[in-house]
This record gives sequence, C-alpha cells and structure tokens, in this order.
Amino acid sequence: MAGPMMPLWEVFIRSRNGLAHKHVGSLHAADATLALQAARDVYTRRGEGLSIWVVPSTAIIASDPSDAGMMFEPAETKIYRHPTFYEVPDDVGHM
Amino acid sequence: MYTQALNIRPDSGERQLEDADLTVRFQARIDAEERIEPNDWMPAAYRRTLTRQISQHAHSEIVGMLPEGNWLTRAPSLRRKAALLAKVQDECGHGLYLYAAAETLGSSREELVDQLLSGKAKYSSIFNYPTLTWADIGAIGWLVDGAAIMNQIPLCRCSYGPYARAMIRVCKEESFHQRQGYEIMLTLSRGTPEQKDMAQDALNRWWWPCLMMFGPPDAASLHSDTSTLWKIKRFSNDELRQKFVDATVPQARILGLSLPDPELRLDEETGHWRYGEIDWNEFKQVIAGNGPCNRERLAARRKAHDEGEWVREAALAYAQKQRDKALAA
Repeated sequence: MAGPMMPLWEVFIRSRNGLAHKHVGSLHAADATLALQAARDVYTRRGEGLSIWVVPSTAIIASDPSDAGMMFEPAETKIYRHPTFYEVPDDVGHM
Repeated sequence: MYTQALNIRPDSGERQLEDADLTVRFQARIDAEERIEPNDWMPAAYRRTLTRQISQHAHSEIVGMLPEGNWLTRAPSLRRKAALLAKVQDECGHGLYLYAAAETLGSSREELVDQLLSGKAKYSSIFNYPTLTWADIGAIGWLVDGAAIMNQIPLCRCSYGPYARAMIRVCKEESFHQRQGYEIMLTLSRGTPEQKDMAQDALNRWWWPCLMMFGPPDAASLHSDTSTLWKIKRFSNDELRQKFVDATVPQARILGLSLPDPELRLDEETGHWRYGEIDWNEFKQVIAGNGPCNRERLAARRKAHDEGEWVREAALAYAQKQRDKALAA
C-alpha cells in the first residue's frame, strides 16, 4: 500500500430526459475527468444513462442515522398534508 | 450511500464492549427485515463477516476474468468474441460494485486489494481451474455463472443495504452470461462428433468443481449459523447446491450431454436429483492454494497491479499538479 489513496467519487446518472439524476454507486479516480470516464465504463454499459454527474464523496454532508427520529417522525403524524385527508362529495368528480 | 469518508469513526473501547441494548435493537431490526446501512450501529462481528464475504466476492469477480480472458483472442467468431468481451467487462464491473460495497464497512480499496495480492484473502475456488478448450467458455457461462446466480439471487435480500443493492445490479447483468454459455454448449453439442466430445469433456471437468462452489456441506460450515441469524445468508450451502443440481439436470438432457456422476438419480418421493459424494479433499486443496492454477492466477493479478503502478502514480501526480495550478491562478 504505497502512496496516497485514490479519491472516491459518487456517481449520479440521469436515465432519460426529464428524470432527475439518481445515485447509482461510487468509484475511485485521480481526478474529475478520469472519474467521468470510469463512471461511463462502470455504470452505463447498457445504455443506462444520458447524463452523468460525479461528486467527490467528501463533499457530501449526510444526516446522522441517530437523528432520524427527530428529523422524520414529525411528518408521520401530519396526515392533513395528504389529499386523502379531505372529504369531498363523490359528485364533485376528480379533484 | 457508498461513502468511505463517512465511515471513518474512532474505534473507542466503549464500542468494542458492545452495548447489550444496541445488540438487541440491531437484531430486532434484522428480524423486522429492515436494511442495515453503512452509518448504522452494527456489531463488530457483523462488520467483519460482511467485509470478508463482500471482498472475497469482489476478488472472485476480478480473478474470474482470467480464465475467460484466456480465450478472448481465440473465440471462433466475431459474434462470440464480442459477447465474451462484454461478459469479461461485466465481471470487472461486478468486482468494482462489490469493492465499493465492502468499502462502506470501513476498509479502503487499497487494503482490500492488498489482501488479495498478498494471498491473505480468498476467492472462489472455481477460478483455479484451467480453460483448456473453447467448450470451457460454454461450460463456465452455463454452470459457473448458473451456480453464481443461484447464490446471488438470495443475496439481493441480504440485510446489509449496499451489498443487497450491488447484488441487484449484478443479477440483472448476469442473466445474459448464463444464456451465452448455454448457447455455446448447444452449438457444440449439435455440431460435429468432435465438437460434441469437446462439450462433454468440458462438462466432465467443470461439473464437480461447480458443485464445490456452494461451499462445504452444512454440517461442516463454519460461518453459516450467525450469517443466517443476521440474514446475510437465506439458504444453506446444501439447499443451494440441491437447487442448482435440480435446475441443471434437465438442461444437460436438452444438450444431449451426460453429467459425470454414476450415482445421480431422481428421488421420486421428494422430486430432487440425488448426487454422488463430492471430493471435499480436492476442495480443501484448492482453497489451500494447491489447485491447478492458484499460483498462475495470483501471479497474473500481481503482475497487472505492479505494471499499473506507474499509471496510478502519474494520474495522482497530474491531479495534484492541476490543483496546484488552480490555487496559484
């Protein structure tokens, strides 16, 4: 194990026009150009994408799993945020 | 998230003691079929077991390119050559997905590769057998990939999220591998008598090593119990082996080839095909490094790694130079 380690990159791919880029995995590469080329070889061998983003893994700030309750539970009790919470007579039709 | 940097955590004495509460909650999550993600708390033994299993799986994909690579320049037609090249590229990609999954558990890529090259880490015993004829490429696709798929489909539901997601990608891509192998066997077995003999010879040599791919019999397996409790493993070695035999016997019939096992018979009661005794001594020898190609495979990996050293160095040096330039500007 000699020398510095290859930086890690997260790969995002847009599958079809109109859809958002989606995280597909990661890879190691020395710089952004090589990361893009490697992403194309590793993650789009079967026409999976029309556009690739590569992001240095160290640039991602993630929420802490132990904060999941604090962050996401409040939404679970707020059923009035969903359309099905509201009663509308059938004759109104689709709304 | 496949993020190595987020996995670097201080290994304090407290965590090594392992809070009984955390352990109970961890098992409850597993039992509820929840997925465990990289930054979640997990027992050190779970982390160790998965790092070993996923990295061995990655090494197997990488070493697995060698027996097939042997026939790339000698494939009988451009169609066969293009298909084999695509398959070998897939195996490389599968190795990379798996290394990325293993890295989320906190080991670096460099460490994992080093374990393979130093001989410390194992890889699947099957790749230590030689590919002597073109029919071996058919037998590998049909049988080796068939056995691998049998193993990998349940792993798509493994409790560790990054491993399960990698296996879903692998299984999607793998399904063409088995079909291309079977097609090669079908073409040979319907060809000249010499071609059919070649297919039979390949089947004779690959059948038993393929049955060994599922690992030691359940009674002798070291890792199965905790792996089952942790839902890393969903079926036992013998269960998967039996599924493979049951699926393969009719496929061999269609090829008009016979499986090299005089004791093979249908158990009418259970509907399962019963097979003869596996030579576990051969398996132990191959795992211990004494198979027909162990030394050759490791030597080839080491040579490739050493010869790529200057490329990795140059790429990193160039990236550093560009960063320095940007800073100076």
